[in-house]
Amino acid sequence: MRIALFVTCLADTMAPRAAQATVTLLERLGHEVVFPAAQTCCGQMHVNTGYLDEALPLVRHHVEVFDSPDWDVAVAPSGSCVGCVRHQHAMVARHAGDEALAERAEQVAGRTYELSELLVDVLGVTDVGAVYPHRVTYHPTCHSLRMLRVEDKPLRLLREVRGLDLVELPSADVCCGFGGTFALKNSEVSTAMLADKMTAVLSTRAEAVTAGDSSCLLHIGGGLSRLRTGVRTVHLAEILAGTGTELEEAKP
Amino acid sequence: MSRTFVGMPLRAGAPFPQAAREAVGDAQLRRNLGHATRTIRAKRAAVVGEVPDWEALRDSGSAIKADVMARLPELLEQLEEQVTARGGTVHWARDAEEANRVVTDLVRATGADEVVKVKSMATQEIGLNEALEAAGIAAVETDLAELIVQLADDRPSHILVPAIHRNRSEIREIFAREMPDAPANLTDDPRRLAMAARRHLRRKFLSARVAVSGANFAVADTGTLSVVESEGNGRMCLTLPQTLITVMGIEKLVPTWADLGVFLQLLPRSSTGERMNPYTSTWTGVTPGDGPQEFHLVLLDNGRSTALADPQGRAALHCIRCSACLNVCPVYERAGGHAYNSVYPGPIGAVLTPQLLGVAGHEDPASSLPWASSLCGACYDACPVKIDIPTMLVHLRGKVVDADRGRLGPGAAERTAMKAASWTMSDPSRFAAAQRLARTGRLLAGRRGRIGTLPWPLSAWSTSRDVPAPPAETFRQWWARTRGDQP
Repeated sequence: MRIALFVTCLADTMAPRAAQATVTLLERLGHEVVFPAAQTCCGQMHVNTGYLDEALPLVRHHVEVFDSPDWDVAVAPSGSCVGCVRHQHAMVARHAGDEALAERAEQVAGRTYELSELLVDVLGVTDVGAVYPHRVTYHPTCHSLRMLRVEDKPLRLLREVRGLDLVELPSADVCCGFGGTFALKNSEVSTAMLADKMTAVLSTRAEAVTAGDSSCLLHIGGGLSRLRTGVRTVHLAEILAGTGTELEEAKP
Repeated sequence: MSRTFVGMPLRAGAPFPQAAREAVGDAQLRRNLGHATRTIRAKRAAVVGEVPDWEALRDSGSAIKADVMARLPELLEQLEEQVTARGGTVHWARDAEEANRVVTDLVRATGADEVVKVKSMATQEIGLNEALEAAGIAAVETDLAELIVQLADDRPSHILVPAIHRNRSEIREIFAREMPDAPANLTDDPRRLAMAARRHLRRKFLSARVAVSGANFAVADTGTLSVVESEGNGRMCLTLPQTLITVMGIEKLVPTWADLGVFLQLLPRSSTGERMNPYTSTWTGVTPGDGPQEFHLVLLDNGRSTALADPQGRAALHCIRCSACLNVCPVYERAGGHAYNSVYPGPIGAVLTPQLLGVAGHEDPASSLPWASSLCGACYDACPVKIDIPTMLVHLRGKVVDADRGRLGPGAAERTAMKAASWTMSDPSRFAAAQRLARTGRLLAGRRGRIGTLPWPLSAWSTSRDVPAPPAETFRQWWARTRGDQP
C-alpha cells in the first residue's frame, strides 16, 4: 500500500523520532511511505482555541496537500490531529460558508487514519514484529479514545511486542491535563490533572509511559522531567518500530 | 428584548482560571471532591452497565428533546391549556426579575411570611430566595444538602449534591452552629446528622402554608408536573401546604407520558447511580380535598429563547440536570463547582451559563467558561441525552472570539498571535523558517537537554513542566537528508 505520512507540525518539529519510527515501521511491513513535503499544520490549535477564521487557511492548505490520488491512505502518529481532520475540518469550512472545501475535507478525512487504526483496521496486523524489552505503561489519549474510538487497538498492538513488560495504568482514561492551550489558559487545573496522571504512572513502576500522541507525551514528560522522576516517555510508534537493538533513548 | 438576570446566580465573580487557582490549592476541598466524585462515578458506571439498551435509551432521550425544542411554542401552549383546565394557573416570566415578582406577589397574597422549598435549580438561577428575603419572606430549603448550604450561608457547588464540597465533620459543625434545634451531643455519624435535619425540617413542613418547587419534567398533553428526589422532603412540600408555586424553565417539557418513561430510566442512573429514585411525585392541576388547593406554574425563559436561536448551541437546553458530566469531568473534580461562579457548574454549566447570559467578549467573566475544559470528551460519553458538549464548547469559544473582533481589549494580543501563527503555518517555506527559529531553543536547554523556564505567556507551561530541547533535526530535514527529497 502507498501511504502518505501526515507528520503533524508537532512531531515534525519537536518529536521527529515518533515520525521516523512510523516510517520505519510501515516500510518494514512492506508498504511504501511518501512524505508530502508541502504539508504544515492541521489547525487544531486554532480551532480549539476558538479561532475558526484563522484556522481556515490551514484547513484549506491541508486539504490541498492531502486531496491527491498519489497515495491510498494517509496516516498520522497522532489521535488528536486525525480527530481534528475527521471532526473539525469540514465544520471549519462550513463555518466559512465554503461547502466545496467541506466536501473535499470530508473525502480527505475518510482516508486519514491514526497509526493504530491503520495497522489494525486497514492493514489487518497486530503483530508488527517489534521487540522492545522494557517495562512500559500505556496512556490512552482522550482524542484517540473518545473522538476516534480506537478502543483497545493500541493495547492489542503492544501485547504482541516481544520483551515488552506492559503494565496497566490506573485511571488510564482520565485526561492528562494537556488540552492544547488549556495547559496555558488554565495552567493551575492542568497542573493538578498532570500531578494525578504522574502519580498513576509512577505507581506502575514503569520505566516509560507511552501514548499515541506526542502532544500528551510532551505534557506528561514535561512533568516527569521537572520532578526528576527518571521515567521517560516514548511514542507508540517507537515501540512498534523497536528491534531491541537500537539505543533505548537517543539524546536530543 | 429582556436581559437575563446578571446578579449572583449565573455570574458570580472572577473568571474561571482565577477562581480555580484557589480551589486547586485547597487540600480539604480536593480530598472531598475526589472522594465524592469517585464514589458516584463508580455507582453510575455499575447501574448504567447493567442496562443492555442504554445507548438506545440515550438516543431516544436525545430525539425527544430535539423534537421538544423544534415544537416548543406549540407544546408550551398545550401545557398551559391543560394546567389551566385542571385548576392550575400559568404565569409567563421573560426573565429572573419577572419570575421573582410573580412568585413574591403570589406568596404575599397568601399572607405567609415563610415558604418551604423543594430543591430547584431554576429558583437558584433567578435568585428567588434573595428576592423573597428582600420582601420579608423566609425561604427554607428542605433538601438536606441545600439546607446545609443555606445554613452555612454558602453557595451550592454541584447541581445534584450541592454540598459535595463539604465532608461530614464540616456538616456537623454547620448544624451545631447554625441549626437552633440541633441536639447538643451531635456527632458526625451520617444517620445522626440526617435525624437532626429531619427533626428540624418536620416542624417547617407542618407549619408551612406555601411551598415553592422547580420541576424535572412537565408532560404537555396532560399538564402533569413531576419532581424526582431521594429524600421525601420534596414530597412533603408538594403535598402538605395549601399553596404550591412551581417555577420551571420552558425547556423542561416532554410531549407525552410515554416520553416521560424514557427520562425516568435515564435520570436516576445518570445522577445518583440508582436504578430508580426513591420518590417520584407527579401532580396535575388541583385535586379537590387532596394536596395543595392552589397551584401556580411559572414558566421561565431567562435566556432560553436566546440559546434556542443558536442551532449549534441549543442542545444545551436538552439537559435534564443529572450532573453525570460534572462527576466525570477531570476539571470539575479538581476545581470544584464554585470556580465556575454560576449555579450551573461543570461541563454543562460551561455551555449553558454563557448561552443563558448571551455570549459576550473576553471582558465578561462568564465568557471564560467555554475554555474551562481540556476537551477530553468524558462529559459527552456520560450525558444521558447525548449533548455533544466538547463540540459546543469549541463553538462557544468561537463566538467569544468573534465577539471581540475589531476591538482592543483582553483578546487582542492573543488574536494577533493566532493570526501570525495562521499566516506562518499555512505556507511550507514560512513554516520551515519558523522551525529553524524554534531550534534556537536548543541554546536555552543547556547540557541537560531540557528547558525549565520560558518567557510569558509560555511561562504558564514552564511553571510546572520542562520542555525538551528542540531536536537538532526536524522530521522534514531528516526525510530530505535520507530520502533526497526537497523539504
